[in-house]
Amino acid sequence: MSGGLGNLIKTLQIDTRLLGMVGAFVLIALVFHIATGGTFLTPRNLFTLTLQTASVAVMATGMVFVIVTRNIDLSIGSLLGIIGMVMGVIQVQILPDIVGFGSPAIWIITVTIGILMGAAIGGFQGWLIGYLAIPSFIVTLGGLLIWRGGAWWVSRGTTISPLDPNFVMLGGATGTIGVTASWILALVGSALTVWFLINTRRKHIGHGFAVKPVWAEYALGAILVGAICGITAIMNAYLVPTRILQRRFEREGLEMPEGYTEAYGFPISVLIVLFVAITMTIVAKKTRFGRYIFAMGGNPDAAELSGINTRLLTVKVFALMGALTAIAGVIASARLGSAGSSLGELDELRVIAAAVIGGTALAGGVGTIYGAILGAFIMQALVSGMGMVGVDSPLQNMIVGGVLILAVWIDILYRRRTGDS
Amino acid sequence: MSTPLLEMRNISIHFGGIKAVDDVSIDVMPGEVVGLLGHNGAGKSTLIKILAGAYAKDSGEIYVDGKKVEINNPRDARDLNIETIYQTLALSDNLDAASNLFLGREITTAFGLVDDTKMEAESRKIMARLNPNFQRFSEPVRSLSGGQRQSVAIARAVYFNARILIMDEPTAALGVHETAMVADLIKELKAQGLGIFLISHDTREMMELCDRVSVMKNGQLIGTERVEDVTEDDVLSMIIMGKKPGETVDA
Repeated sequence: MSGGLGNLIKTLQIDTRLLGMVGAFVLIALVFHIATGGTFLTPRNLFTLTLQTASVAVMATGMVFVIVTRNIDLSIGSLLGIIGMVMGVIQVQILPDIVGFGSPAIWIITVTIGILMGAAIGGFQGWLIGYLAIPSFIVTLGGLLIWRGGAWWVSRGTTISPLDPNFVMLGGATGTIGVTASWILALVGSALTVWFLINTRRKHIGHGFAVKPVWAEYALGAILVGAICGITAIMNAYLVPTRILQRRFEREGLEMPEGYTEAYGFPISVLIVLFVAITMTIVAKKTRFGRYIFAMGGNPDAAELSGINTRLLTVKVFALMGALTAIAGVIASARLGSAGSSLGELDELRVIAAAVIGGTALAGGVGTIYGAILGAFIMQALVSGMGMVGVDSPLQNMIVGGVLILAVWIDILYRRRTGDS
Repeated sequence: MSTPLLEMRNISIHFGGIKAVDDVSIDVMPGEVVGLLGHNGAGKSTLIKILAGAYAKDSGEIYVDGKKVEINNPRDARDLNIETIYQTLALSDNLDAASNLFLGREITTAFGLVDDTKMEAESRKIMARLNPNFQRFSEPVRSLSGGQRQSVAIARAVYFNARILIMDEPTAALGVHETAMVADLIKELKAQGLGIFLISHDTREMMELCDRVSVMKNGQLIGTERVEDVTEDDVLSMIIMGKKPGETVDA
């Protein structure tokens, strides 16, 4: 890195790891864009990519906490499977008889039960780990087998479909908020970002700390607002296929005007990811719970001696992981419009890989939420891109495996250079 | 004689079949420094870990200001204004100085979120007193030197108005200059009326800083002596032979 650029990054206080990951994502995207003859970096493909990543991204944020506390959770793929299956049975076979078919209460009750179930199972696994001191690797390896078996048990191996139409909107292309709402959201997000930058600066000046030069604040604000508006523009550029629009007009008994178009805007599942990402970042950086998670990961004895109840903390971390797995289960089953007993298979490995590619250290104490989400996008971009280029699926797996090892090796080199252990 | 600030009476604890601490009684007066001496494994660290709430004693009693207290975990000890600086420093290496200083006792905003700016400002104030050269507030403490880490650990104990301070080898792994700094600090805290338990292997340092020394061997208390009543050699023979000064003459 040249001195000038290095200084610029330092002045703006941008995380170099974040920069590296964005760079890797752009590189992968460009390579596939060229290899596919210009179809990768299109609004349509990027829209699909975000839909495909949403479920893993949600779980990856929870996995950051799990790994930071020096644990692992191998059960989440199976947990997602059984929760998806239970939610499927509830919304298709039980609730319509009680609240009536098509009632909005169906998706609300279903999702609530799913999240409670995830938190309960996760919390129970956390109790075995925290209080009975059984290694998390073993508890969740057991969980991987138990919950996958349970998922099959719930439905006797059948696939439950079609799911409730309202529920399906939480994960698929049918559930988008349209152009206007997307732009309003972008404006609100931009305003909050700017307010946050100004507020932080004011507080620092108030306490007499050193602050960035004003131009650097402006530059950072411009980059962030630009990113928000850019992503919104992409989501708003993907037009609903004419065929689907025509069918909708026909259903309502209307004639579609000549040249009528409509764009998708943000899918609800992506908004869920955004909400989870922001909430989890606040939890990690600004709450005692988050502070204790990182303290425990850095030095469990020190955390204990500081009066932190590390056992209860372990239960909470795994309960949170379970709840997030349930949310991911909503997105995954809603996207497919069905719940099969193989739902979520191998997701635990995708999620762990996303967290690790995103800079979460398996030794504990280090990891970021945005890193894990970017890690999930990088993984999915790689898989989707290879699919588009026509790489066979066995070879895809081999390449993803190789990339995972390579990413961790680069991370080790990076830490060595920056002096992090 | 006035009431001791803190008194530990007939404390015992065993791990498996080994009596790590066997019927030991020690006390400290306000403004007094009591040294704990003995070989590795003599039971000093175990004894003070009971006081800090890290271990649960099997038997014995603890009195603060003459009143019996129960210390079952580190939070109990902190609530009694008993602060500990551990040999291993007990810092989370991945967190910065302010986060470590306030670990378990974070300052929060009206919304219940941790107030990092306020905590850093408070850390800067206390560090300006303890170690004016310290400026590395935003880095993880892993990247700090031994002395800087030590000052973070000491700042943590001092900031929360400790009345009883336990220092387990506070100068181990420190340079000459930093050791002198810690010695000055101990004198200052003593002048403020704190009761201090000091653990060290450096007998000469102990003779200089302490008012009394208690010597332990194999989990038992050999004896407690005022430093002006004994020589460094007396203390050494207590540590090594496990006998009081008078007894060595008789033998």
